[in-house]
Amino acid sequence: MSEPLSGPGSATRTPGREPARPGLPRSSRTARNHAPITATGLLVKVVLLGLVAGIALWAAFPLIEAGYWLGLGVLTVTTAGLFYLYLSRRHIPAKYLVPGTLFLIAFQIFPVLYTASTAFTNFGDGHRGSKDDAVVAIQTSSVKQVPGSTEYALTIATTGDPATGPLTFLLSDPKTKEVFAGDAGGLRQLDASDVTVSSLSGKITAADGYTVLNIGQASGRSDAITALIVPTDDGAIRSNGLTRAYEGKAARAYDAGCDCVKDSETGKTWTADEKIGSFVAADGERLTQGWKVNVGLKNFGAVLTDPNISKPFFGTLAWNFAFAIGSTGFTFLLGMAIALALHSPRMRGTNFYRVLLILPYAMPSFAMLLVWRDMFNTDFGLLNNLFGLDVDWFGGAWSARIAVLLVQLWLGYPYMFLVATGALQAIPRELTEATSVDGASPWQSFKAVTLPLLLVALSPLLIASFAYNFNNVNAILFTTEGGPFAPDNPRNGATDLLITYTYRLAFGAQGAEFGLAATVSIFIFAIVATVSAISFRRTRKQEEVYS
Amino acid sequence: MTSLAETPAAHRHTGRGPAGRTRNRWFTQVGWRHLVGVLAVVFSLFPILFVISAALNPLGTLSSTQLLPTGASLENFTNLFDRTAFGHWFLNSLLLAGVASFASIFLSALAAYAFSRMRFAGRRVGLLALLLIQMFPQFLAIVAIFLIFTTLTDLYPVIGFNTPWGLFLLYMGGALGANTWLMKGFFDTLPKELDESATMDGASHVQVFFRIMLPLVAPILAVTGLLAFIGSINEFIIANVFLTNTESKTLAVGMYGLVAGERNNNFGMFAAGTLLTAIPTVLVFQLLQRYIVSGLTSGAVKG
Repeated sequence: MSEPLSGPGSATRTPGREPARPGLPRSSRTARNHAPITATGLLVKVVLLGLVAGIALWAAFPLIEAGYWLGLGVLTVTTAGLFYLYLSRRHIPAKYLVPGTLFLIAFQIFPVLYTASTAFTNFGDGHRGSKDDAVVAIQTSSVKQVPGSTEYALTIATTGDPATGPLTFLLSDPKTKEVFAGDAGGLRQLDASDVTVSSLSGKITAADGYTVLNIGQASGRSDAITALIVPTDDGAIRSNGLTRAYEGKAARAYDAGCDCVKDSETGKTWTADEKIGSFVAADGERLTQGWKVNVGLKNFGAVLTDPNISKPFFGTLAWNFAFAIGSTGFTFLLGMAIALALHSPRMRGTNFYRVLLILPYAMPSFAMLLVWRDMFNTDFGLLNNLFGLDVDWFGGAWSARIAVLLVQLWLGYPYMFLVATGALQAIPRELTEATSVDGASPWQSFKAVTLPLLLVALSPLLIASFAYNFNNVNAILFTTEGGPFAPDNPRNGATDLLITYTYRLAFGAQGAEFGLAATVSIFIFAIVATVSAISFRRTRKQEEVYS
Repeated sequence: MTSLAETPAAHRHTGRGPAGRTRNRWFTQVGWRHLVGVLAVVFSLFPILFVISAALNPLGTLSSTQLLPTGASLENFTNLFDRTAFGHWFLNSLLLAGVASFASIFLSALAAYAFSRMRFAGRRVGLLALLLIQMFPQFLAIVAIFLIFTTLTDLYPVIGFNTPWGLFLLYMGGALGANTWLMKGFFDTLPKELDESATMDGASHVQVFFRIMLPLVAPILAVTGLLAFIGSINEFIIANVFLTNTESKTLAVGMYGLVAGERNNNFGMFAAGTLLTAIPTVLVFQLLQRYIVSGLTSGAVKG
């Protein structure tokens, strides 16, 4: 990245720069930024733009293959825009802003907007895809073996790692000797020359492009094998043990005439309800497989009014504020107190103290959170052992909260100590000396001079720390995991932050409720943004920032 | 706070009082400060001492670990490398955090230069938007990220799940929000005359940026780089959704898995891993700590 400042271009051509391009209609202010092009600069530009073109070309082919025309359009426009921007001599600020902004848009703004849009849907477990997907899922899961169904010799294979890769059924029909590969996407016939079939068992022992699982590997994943259903035209293929499979008939079928699902054995019908995205029977029973529909403001209403959700929501909100303010406030007070104590011209060895003091900040916090969790262990935790206590720290709501705040204090105070030390050193000593000459007590002088100056310097950091701790997932997830939970409400615990509560809603064992989780996310964002905006306004640093 | 308020008062009092009680005076003036320092160091160090003790504990269980080391055995360290993919995790984390922090401070330095030195339409809005976006934590959008990358994995396996590059791209999404404000504050403190005179001498905006601005903001680059490095080492939520293959995990994901199930038995190995993870950050941290003090506060005061 070195472009010689006094390169041949700049040295010789500088004086005559303006007259050299008399024809260009350009004001002298913009021309000032247009220094001559150096050889290195040109080379770097060509190489980088070539790289962009190469990446765009590489990215284009899979898009064309999959038929994502919108994606291809976005890619083309972006690439063309980049070329225009970096080949033109104008839009200089954009040249510096665009690289980061592209990533920001693709991986932050777009996901955030997408999240916001799911808040208006019932997206989640049982409501993932379209109605057609739901119908297919209902039909295939009701497949039963009937007399006369085709039996196959089954081989379990994968296209990836034997332990984690996606599973495929390799099937051979003993009667017709035809071979197939099937997965959740459907069944397709394989070329007989690509596979090796054992003459003894009729099973496929090898196939091009697939890794065959041995019995040990297959039995390790038996749950996934049982769950894999290969849809076919008039039913579906399911496994029967690890070596046999059958093609069964679907007991339930969708009837477009009544927009309902009928069970051919019991005769029961479930009618589609477009408002909730489910098939509902007359007695109120719902099929588990539904589809994604727009539910409008229902999720927002649920957060505010449904007592099952709103009560934990507002309780959690209160604790969330207490946690963020407590984490920030206690670390600041302790850090500042120690910084004040060590800040004295007569004090020796401050460097020694500082080096050891800030170690907690330099340790990997995820690991130290887990260590603290184990130090709070009731039976063999260090704290109970050391002080001869028998406290079930994470068992009680208040002891768990105190424990979490103590851990936050340990992790965070070295940072506050560091910045408070820096800010203290920047306060001129004459100021405090002047107050003591005027007869102020040290406490008055601290309150009237030192503290306000410290706060002016550190308030942006305090606000940032508040905003960070408001959503500090690791601090809770690695220690209490939100607990202790009330016996009647396993969804929300005493130390849950809104964000860990949301995390459990979205990914918890209770089943994913992405729509509701997205709604809570929007509330969190609104709260943090409001609090930060108010505090930024209060510090009145805005004017200076924009200078 | 009360002790702080009272002691300087005592200092003044004894200062005027008769000399001779030197030990008392030493304590009220300096000694208590050492006492506070020692107590703070004890508070800081005891969990770390516990980790060291657990790492050296030959039994390797949580229940048998005391605050002070009871034995000195490297068994936990050898087990860590033999029984888990710790080597892979360590390299993954170092590579990911190294590349991601380097690239992210470069991206935000570019943006900070534009925000600090140039005047253009949308500058105010852009700065405010960055502040706002930063407050929507990326991980809240994890469902959307998961769905986006499900599609991306199908299209481009190279940057899909279980690859460091996909995670790298995601971390880049947060680059601007995290550091631009801090850096802009630091850029603002550099006198404008510096780059103006270079421009008069015929330097282009690129040359001003690389040859004049970047060397001058080296301290803040070091600080933000270190913070970004620590941030990506500790990032767990997104990485946990993203990396499921044992060998592609990062330290946070892998070591969490180590104690998630076998909490008591694996504690020694976990502690050993913690110490190894801490070595690079602690070293860099001690080297950079004076920059951290000046860098953070000067950036903070301005913005």
